[in-house]
Amino acid sequence: MFKLIGQRAIASLLSLLGLMVLVFFLSRLTGDPAVLFLPIDATEEMKANFRALHGLDAPLLEQFARYVLDLLQFDFGESLRKARPAIDVVMEAYAWTLPLALITLSLVIVAAIVLGSLAAFNVGGFFDRLVSIVSLIGASAPDFWIAIVAIVIFAINLGWLPTSGVGTPLHWVLPVAVLFIRPFGLIVQVVRGSMLSALSAAYVKTARAKGVKNLPIIFVHTLRNAMLPVITVIGDQAAAMLNGAVIVETIFGFPGIGKLMIDSILQRDFNVVLAAIMVTAIAIFIMNILIDIAYGVLDPRIRN
Amino acid sequence: MSNALLEVHNLSVDFHTARGTVHAVRHVSWSVNRGETLAILGESGSGKSVSANAVMNILDRPPAQIVSGEIFYDGQDLLKVSYETHRALNGKKIAMIFQDPLSHLNPVYTVGWQIVEMMTAHGRPADAARARALELIARVGIPDPEAALHKYPHQFSGGQRQRLMIAMALMLKPDILIADEPTTALDVTIQAEVLALLKELQAETGMGLVLITHDLGVVAEIADRVVVMSKGEIVEAGTPRGVYHNAQHPYTRQLIGAAPGKGEIRVLDSAEPVLLETRKLCKTYGKFTALHDVSLTLHRGQSLAVVGESGSGKSTLARAILRLEKADSGEALWKGRDLIAMKPGELLGVRREIQMVFQDPTQSLNPRMSVYQLISEGWDIHRLMPDRAARQAKVAALLEQVGLAPEHAQRYPHQFSGGQRQRIAIARALALEPELIICDEAVSALDVSIQAQVIALLDDLRKRLGISFLFIAHDLGVVRDFADTVIVMKSGEIVERGPTGDIFAAPQHPYTQRLLAANLDPDPDIQAQRRSAGMGP
Amino acid sequence: MTDLSLAKPPRSEKSAAATLLSMLWRDKLAFVSAIVLLLIILCAMLGPSLLGELASHQNLRGRNSPPFDLAKGWAFVLGGDSLGRPMLARLIVAARSTMLVAAGAVAFALFVGATLGLVAGYLGKNTSQVIMRLADVIMSFPSLLLAVVVLYVLGPSIPNMILVLAITRIPIYLRTTRAEVLEVRERMFVQAAIVMGASHWRIIARHVLPVVTPTLVTIATLDFAFVMLAESSLSFLGIGIQPPDITWGLMVSQGRPYLSNAWWLALWPGVCIVITTLALNLLSNWMRIALDPAQRWRLEARSTSDE
Repeated sequence: MFKLIGQRAIASLLSLLGLMVLVFFLSRLTGDPAVLFLPIDATEEMKANFRALHGLDAPLLEQFARYVLDLLQFDFGESLRKARPAIDVVMEAYAWTLPLALITLSLVIVAAIVLGSLAAFNVGGFFDRLVSIVSLIGASAPDFWIAIVAIVIFAINLGWLPTSGVGTPLHWVLPVAVLFIRPFGLIVQVVRGSMLSALSAAYVKTARAKGVKNLPIIFVHTLRNAMLPVITVIGDQAAAMLNGAVIVETIFGFPGIGKLMIDSILQRDFNVVLAAIMVTAIAIFIMNILIDIAYGVLDPRIRN
Repeated sequence: MSNALLEVHNLSVDFHTARGTVHAVRHVSWSVNRGETLAILGESGSGKSVSANAVMNILDRPPAQIVSGEIFYDGQDLLKVSYETHRALNGKKIAMIFQDPLSHLNPVYTVGWQIVEMMTAHGRPADAARARALELIARVGIPDPEAALHKYPHQFSGGQRQRLMIAMALMLKPDILIADEPTTALDVTIQAEVLALLKELQAETGMGLVLITHDLGVVAEIADRVVVMSKGEIVEAGTPRGVYHNAQHPYTRQLIGAAPGKGEIRVLDSAEPVLLETRKLCKTYGKFTALHDVSLTLHRGQSLAVVGESGSGKSTLARAILRLEKADSGEALWKGRDLIAMKPGELLGVRREIQMVFQDPTQSLNPRMSVYQLISEGWDIHRLMPDRAARQAKVAALLEQVGLAPEHAQRYPHQFSGGQRQRIAIARALALEPELIICDEAVSALDVSIQAQVIALLDDLRKRLGISFLFIAHDLGVVRDFADTVIVMKSGEIVERGPTGDIFAAPQHPYTQRLLAANLDPDPDIQAQRRSAGMGP
Repeated sequence: MTDLSLAKPPRSEKSAAATLLSMLWRDKLAFVSAIVLLLIILCAMLGPSLLGELASHQNLRGRNSPPFDLAKGWAFVLGGDSLGRPMLARLIVAARSTMLVAAGAVAFALFVGATLGLVAGYLGKNTSQVIMRLADVIMSFPSLLLAVVVLYVLGPSIPNMILVLAITRIPIYLRTTRAEVLEVRERMFVQAAIVMGASHWRIIARHVLPVVTPTLVTIATLDFAFVMLAESSLSFLGIGIQPPDITWGLMVSQGRPYLSNAWWLALWPGVCIVITTLALNLLSNWMRIALDPAQRWRLEARSTSDE
């Protein structure tokens, strides 16, 4: 088990390293970094100063070494827009994204597991069909479009909820609701499929022959066995959320990491982009380890 | 209605499958009382498990539908009681154990939790359940019961898992225990131990036992009464002795006739030259020794059997000779040339001369290829017989040779029964006109009556075409009927070898003796003699 | 346990394509999905040459004209946009870029991923390890973010979009192919072929590919929907397709400022995306059963019992 997590951790660290190399060479080799790093209206003089300041006239390998050293110390430079260390700006945004992701993910997991399991138990019945159709539509709808439609209906026409921004708990309703839909649709489908095959497993027959009641058969005997593929999908979806719900945050003016990243890209605040990428990658790295631990907790066969 | 404790009366069950309605069982009646053992004997597809599943209410409905009949337990009809009433009886009054304990135990919970649940599910307190579980785990012969409680199913051996299943079933002292092929997945020596345990526990608790099996030997060993099922109907009922010696129905007679281990023993004519010789073959997987210094010789025209239980290394031996697995050291000489050191080009030529027939034809035939494509693939590989008309004629001839019809060439494997599929696999092996065919458990997945036919076919090929066989099997009866020489393997080593007659008449090694003693004879009288002579384990 | 194989009717003489078609007909939802997708593909192929003029012709009187008003001609049945261009014509024209990006990215990712997967599954441990770690690098990073970063550096254009989206999807095909190859390699019929002397190429072509292909086609169908959503998101954010090229995602983005007075500008392209994705999902679900010989009887059998 620990060996497995160790192997995965090393693989993830290698991935992180690969990402650093990729970002470095993309930013150095595809054009003049000064053009990428500086605002679009920068003068030639500013560019020259910039190159001298960041040692861009030094040999490529030396530049790379310094780049890696800086990253290892979490030194990403200043944010051009906010004139503060880029890492501070990023961590601030993360403080918004993290609760958004956690709240949404918890709701998704609970709803998807309960509804998916019950649908699988009633396979072919009305409830199963309903869950299947809802989840299919949920998984098919683009979130930016749902967000817009939701704003038109609930904020503009009905006036129940605020259109954008943060401040009151009501501001969280629409972002969480919109963010909920796609992962829910995807995970319900996986839960249902996985539960269907688990319910036909031989140990379910044993449980019935023992006289175990239906609810424990579904939620105790079967669900834990069916969770492995579900955990994988939850991991994928959690990764997407940790990366900041770019779309939802942009539309609802939610000051999270996704919105920060897009704003920084559009305004060429490259240091912040770099910091955001690294912090996100580390968050995903930690989450992958949690997922691996979850595998081990759920299935004793993986432990050794 | 008689006064039996459990009685199935006139039960008919249909399966509504997509291909139409199948009458799984028709008008089946049997009963069992306390202290009594009833065996339900049948081959695959006979419907032998259906009525027991109906008793436990674990038939999947749909597709199953109970068309008619009653199931009386203690005077009440189980088919009429509520789901909740039936659930409360399951495990408490009637318990069941299954063929494959690994898949029937929940892999993600400890065995202790699962055994205790048998009582907590019926409202008993957990501490009492734990005490009873410890007592029973010790009773069924698991070492260190306290530690066993906290282990998971995959940490036990197959035989131990079945013992744990039995312990679980007995938690609430049920009146009836239904055992569905409880020993089929186990080695013969383990099978004997588990059957003995069941008999002891029955004597202690006085429960009724319903034992579902395909094996005449198991019936002879343990049953008081037997019903024989074929195609969903009971064709014969009586005592094991009465049925064995005095069968009325043609199906029963055929089944008894097909039981292996009754034929004439073959003698090897050793004047023929040596075809295959292995010298000190070794293979380990991590700490596990699969092969250790295995040396054997096989002469032209010989049929050499390698016998052993699971984990004995007999299949690894075949795979190492065929280079499906790389041996760690040693040689395998084919007509004097070492197969293991051979270069790919040279090996390709030899591949023509040695063919293999695998255990499960469902898996060894590519389901997407027609029979014609399957049989002619070898010719494609070795660039033989470019003429299409000649190929078609040859495929037709091969199909006839193995007892199929030429028009079967255009069909696909899933359109055949298990026995027919194994014939196709044999035809494929014959297509390259090999000198040696390696059979890895080639008949063990087949029903007894089909098994006998395939053995007869292989024997015929040996006589007419002079093909040699390396015959890997765990079933001593089959080996006795087919082989002229036997090698016994245990834990990767050869423990005994000799002519078939000698091995069966006077086994030297204690392991061979145990193996032969554990092998059940279909004749109840012989089994009774063995028991009284104390030869049983 | 139940051996029903003898009861099965002999395979009919119909060709494989006809069998598939009749199975498609049995599943009405999948059948409708296939028709819808066919229509969209036709629009994507023929639309721009037939309606290109109309879709870019500005008509100031038709600015933000409401839908379901036939007074301005059939093209305005879904309303007009902020420059008075007919929505229906623009939707049909936008189908091309939308489909082109998705199809291009999926085809590219499928080809590269499947090839690398075959290599990784078949060759030695070291090659396999290098390829898998490479896939891990891509996988460990959310695809949308990767696309954002790369497009930022490379600049947005249709070929770059295809390239970026393809790269983010390659690991899916790679992992699936490798996993299936590793599994199929151990199957008895492959072992039987090795015993007969079959070469690696023969085993890949005759035994591995026929098993792997249906899975890949099923995944590709589902992935097509995913890639389309990703492209729409990027275009919506303004870092994907740039005007004058046009996709449904971009149209939603362009309609966003007019939400309060002309809701249809953002609604219709969104509906197009939902319908296409839904159809692809349904078709993929059907394929999962129809292309799997172990499950296919569910569809085949219904046809025999209906007759």
